Formats: sequence, structure tokens, C-alpha cells
Amino acid sequence: MDEKTLGEKILIMDDITKVYDMGGEKQTVLKGIHLEVSKGEFVAVLGPSGSGKSTLMNIIGCLDTPTSGSYVLHGRDVGGLDEDALAGVRSKEIGFIFQSFQLLPRLDALSNVELPLIYSGVPAHERSALAEKMLVRVGLKEKLHHYPNQLSGGQQQRVAIARALCNNPAILLADEPTGALDQQTGKQVMSLFHDLNEEGHTILMITHDQGIARHARRIVRLLDGILSEGGVEDA
Amino acid sequence: MLKESLRMSWQNIRANKMRSFLTILGIVIGVTAIIALITTVEGATQEMTRQFSELGAGKVSVSVSGTALKRGLTEADLERLSELDNVESLDPTVSFTRHVSNGQRLTENVTIEGRNAVYFQRSDGLLSAGRGLTPMDMDRNSHVCVIDATLRSALYPGEDPIGQTLIVGGQRFTIVGLLSDGSEDVMSVMFSSGDEGKVILPFLTAQRMVHSNSVTSLGIYIHDTTRTDETIDDIEGVLNAAFNYKDDAYRVINLESLLDAMDTMLGMMTTMLAGIASIALLVGGIGIMNMMLVSVSERTMEIGLRKALGARPKAIQVQFLLEAVMLSLLGGVIGILLGNMLSLVFALWLEIDFTLSAGAILLAFLFSATVGVIFGWAPARKASQLNPIDALRSM
Ligand SMILES: Nc1ncnc2c1ncn2[C@@H]1O[C@H](COP(=O)(O)OP(=O)(O)OP(=O)(O)O)[C@@H](O)[C@H]1O
Ligand SMILES: [Mg+2]
Repeated sequence: MDEKTLGEKILIMDDITKVYDMGGEKQTVLKGIHLEVSKGEFVAVLGPSGSGKSTLMNIIGCLDTPTSGSYVLHGRDVGGLDEDALAGVRSKEIGFIFQSFQLLPRLDALSNVELPLIYSGVPAHERSALAEKMLVRVGLKEKLHHYPNQLSGGQQQRVAIARALCNNPAILLADEPTGALDQQTGKQVMSLFHDLNEEGHTILMITHDQGIARHARRIVRLLDGILSEGGVEDA
Repeated sequence: MLKESLRMSWQNIRANKMRSFLTILGIVIGVTAIIALITTVEGATQEMTRQFSELGAGKVSVSVSGTALKRGLTEADLERLSELDNVESLDPTVSFTRHVSNGQRLTENVTIEGRNAVYFQRSDGLLSAGRGLTPMDMDRNSHVCVIDATLRSALYPGEDPIGQTLIVGGQRFTIVGLLSDGSEDVMSVMFSSGDEGKVILPFLTAQRMVHSNSVTSLGIYIHDTTRTDETIDDIEGVLNAAFNYKDDAYRVINLESLLDAMDTMLGMMTTMLAGIASIALLVGGIGIMNMMLVSVSERTMEIGLRKALGARPKAIQVQFLLEAVMLSLLGGVIGILLGNMLSLVFALWLEIDFTLSAGAILLAFLFSATVGVIFGWAPARKASQLNPIDALRSM
């Protein structure tokens, strides 16, 4: 554990705020966030609904920009980057895993996993081999050509995880990855996260569920836009 | 990347077959109309030009009309005309109707034409059997004649008419030639009086039959068709002098100018109809735009996801633009096929040649691609500018 925290910093957020302007009425959703995540960490951001978790994740994932504060991702200050540059950062550094999987229904598992490879410019002949390797890694060797509606929720989430892995990103970002799954399936996904973390993948997971957060090695709490370090009571 | 975009666009078009089909219907109709129009008009024009140049190139027709008919053109007038620069030869015609018989059967209202030997020398493919009238026939005033297919089937059904005797105005003529079907030049079709058949006699013989020695209808063959206009001016000079500058005494008709006029008219008609057809294209374009806008809002989540996975705005824009262009081109290609099929049917029906018009196909292709780009642009841009967070939240 210790040697990992000493490792390379994957993200450094300093005094990040996010203010939504709703027709003149300003709402400060993030109130000066400080967060550092090192390579190889498995962090859970735990907070109740409306606390600003998704807002934070969007900023971490470079889908949104903060109102103020600095954010350095994998050694690069992403403040002030234009849309194209941000797309490039997302493609290389971030692997998204969503609550509702977000698979394209018209593509089979393999093609869904290939999508990020298309946008990161991997040549066609390498893509399917790489995508297949990822699907095998998440235990879907037999389901390469199944369409999303032919897969269970847990299998769909594993396809999404394979998709997030295939560009070998600096960090995996998961927003309520078990939110749409039953407890049993959720546990399987968590054990997959565990294994991935053991292999060296850095994971940041957002959840409102203490039971899920417990699977992470480090827990930070988000309450009303303020982030604080802290374990689960009986962790 | 481009290949991926193409594939994804195609998948999407195929996934919504019915909707895609209805969307491109406007383009299909517009392109079909344009192709059918251009190809048919081109074919008709070619056919007309071919007929004209085969039968009447380098020929100027003069016809005397109104009160000047009594005087007509005299020997001296003809002499003067034949001496004009660039005039090759004169082909005066007399034309009237008589009944003719073969001794047993009689046909009324047959067109009798008196013509010079030059008419037969200048027109290829005029005869289907026998020979034409020769200069020797003219000099000797031989009692020989050429008849057409109509008269032949009326008087000599199933027989060889060559060498038979035909009685015209009480005089006996030996038939030496048979005109082929549809060989008549455009002018004589336009001015001929009856459809009961035709007999061509040596000019002087025919002239004597009507007891006249003036000419009221004259073909003038010219050497150099590039100088037709000048030569016509010269001819009009002679004719004006002959008729004392009286208005409406004669008409000079030049086949080239007639052809030009017809070309212009057809061109105008095509432009007008193509204009109407392009309204269909415009409507088709709006249909595509509508479908693309629907598609963009239906696929908001997909667009957001693609952006989250690293797609640049340009990549999204290209994908949607390609889809619009592909739809539009698909409509264009179907339209080109249908349009050519339609013009093939027209060609068979109008008995004209059918030729694929490369120009029309290229035009239709470019046109539909352009429609796709123009009407796909705004929806594609809208898609590329979607905020990925909003797009992902829409799930
Ligand atoms: N685009 C926006 N415009 C205005 N307000 C927003 C916007 N996005 C989020 N908010 C507000 O920010 C606050 C935090 O929202 P956020 O989605 O980050 O919460 P969350 O912690 O993810 O909640 P949940 O657990 O329910 O997903 C909410 O009060 C929400 O209304
Ligand atoms: Mg949320």
C-alpha cells in the first residue's frame, strides 16, 4: 500500500469550484475541492444524492471544466484546453464506466469495445485483436458477437469495463458502476475492479452506497460540495 | 477513420430502412425527372439533327407566296440566282395534285412533283429500288417517273412497279424508281398536300402539265454551309429585285436556322422543366435535413458517449454529414437508374435512339451530393456541438 501512495500522481486537483448559473441564481456545487490520486490507487468518492459527485466526475473526466481552480491530469494542466485537445485527453487518459453501461445497441460487444480505439486512431487490423483481448480479460470470451440486448446487466457492464480499458488509460472513472445491478452482480463487478486494481490500474469510483465504497482502498467523502478524507467507520 | 464513419453511417441508414427510403423519395423523384428529361430531349435533338443534316444540309428553300404566285420566278431570275457566289445548283419544284392510274385502277389526289436531276444527286437513300431521274431524262423530256411506297401499294400491290406504266394527266410514264419509306426531306413533308401518294416527274414535263413556265418553289444547294447567311442575303437581293421589294412575296427557309431555332426552343423547355424538377430536389433536401435532425436528437446519448470516448467534434460532424450525403447519393443513384429506364421507355415509344447521357448522370450525381452536403450541414454541426454531459444525462 505504502509504496503505491508514493508513486506518480495521476491527478492533482487544487481548489476546484463549480458554480451553476441558473438564470441569475448562482448555485455553488463544488466548493474548493482538493484531491490527489496516485498511480495504482482505488478511490471511492462517497456522498449522498445531490452532493455534487457527478459534477466532480465530469470535471475529472474532462467532460466539463471547473469554474475556478487548477487540475493537472497525468502531468498535464488541462485548464484552458480547447474541445479538440480535451477529446484527445479523454481518448488517451480516461476510461469511463457509466451507471447505465451506455453501450450502442446496434453494435455487438466487440464493436462496442472497439469504439474508443477508432477515435484514438488505432489501425483497423489491430483494433479487433485488442478489443477481443479486453473482452477475454473481463471474462466474456464466449460473448464477443452478442448484442447488448442479448447480454445480462452484469455482462453489459463488463463489456463497458472492457471498453474503458482498451486504450490503457491513466485512470478508470466509474459513476455508480453497480447502480443498475443487483447485489450479487454488483459484487462480481467489484471483484473485477479489485483484480484490475491489483494489476496496477488506477480506479476512481463514485457511489452513494457505503457497502460499495468499502470495496475501495481509500474513501473520500463528498458532502454539500466539500470533500474530506475519511474511512468507513468499520473499514 | 473515414471508413469507420462510412460504415457507421451505412449501418444507421440500413437500421431505419423505411424511414431512409421515405426520406430519399424526394431526391429520387427529382433526379429521375431530370435524367429522363435531359436524356429524352438529347435523344430527340440528336434524332432531329440527324434527319435534318441527312436530308437538308446545305439547302435553302425559297417559296413564292401570295399575289406573287402569278408571276413566280422566271428563267431570268433562276439564271441570276444560279450565278450567285457559293450557289451550287438550283432545284426548282412544281407541285400539284392529279389523279393517276395504272390503266385499271385509279387513285385520286396524288401529289405530282416536278423535280430536276440534282434532287436525286443530292439526296442519299432516297430510293429503295430502281433509279432516280437523270440529267438525260431532263434533256430528253423522257416520260419516266419515280413513285413512292404509298402509291405503289395502292396501284401495284405485291408487284414490282419498276418498268410498269403509270398514266398521269392522260400521259403515259414508265416507272423507273421507287422512293424509300420516310426518305422525304423535311421540307417536302411539311409542304406536301396529300397523303394519297406521290409521283416525281421531270421538272419541265410537270411544268407543262400545269401550263406554266414560272417557278414558285425552289431549292438552292450551296457549297459552303459556313457562309449560308451571306448567301441568303445575296439570294434575297435577287428576289427583292424580282418582286419589286414587295413584302410577303416570298419566304426563304434555311434548314440550319430552323434547326437552331428548334434547338433553342428545346433548350429552353429543358431548362424550364429541369427547374421544376429541381424543386423536387429542394423538397428532397429538406426531407433529408428533417430526417437528420430527428436522427441527431434520437441519438443524443450516442453522440455524448462517442464524445466521452474521445471523438472530436469534427469526427461527429463528418459522420453525420456522411450520412446525409450517403442518403442523398443513394436517392441520386436510384433516380439515375429509374430516370434512364424511363427514358429508355420514351426512346422506344418515340422511336428515337437511346444513349446514356454521361453529362446528365454526372450532373445528377453532383447535384444530389451537393444537396446532401447543404442540407446535412446544419444537423451535423448541431450534433458536433452537443454538450457530452447533457447528451449522456438524456438517458
Ligand atoms: N447543468 C446543471 N445546471 C444547474 N445545476 C446543476 C447542473 N448539473 C448539476 N446541477 C446541480 O448540482 C447539484 C449536484 O448534482 P450532481 O449531479 O453532481 O449530484 P450527484 O451527487 O451526482 O447526485 P446523484 O447521486 O443523485 O447522482 C444538484 O443540486 C444539481 O441540481
Ligand atoms: Mg450522479
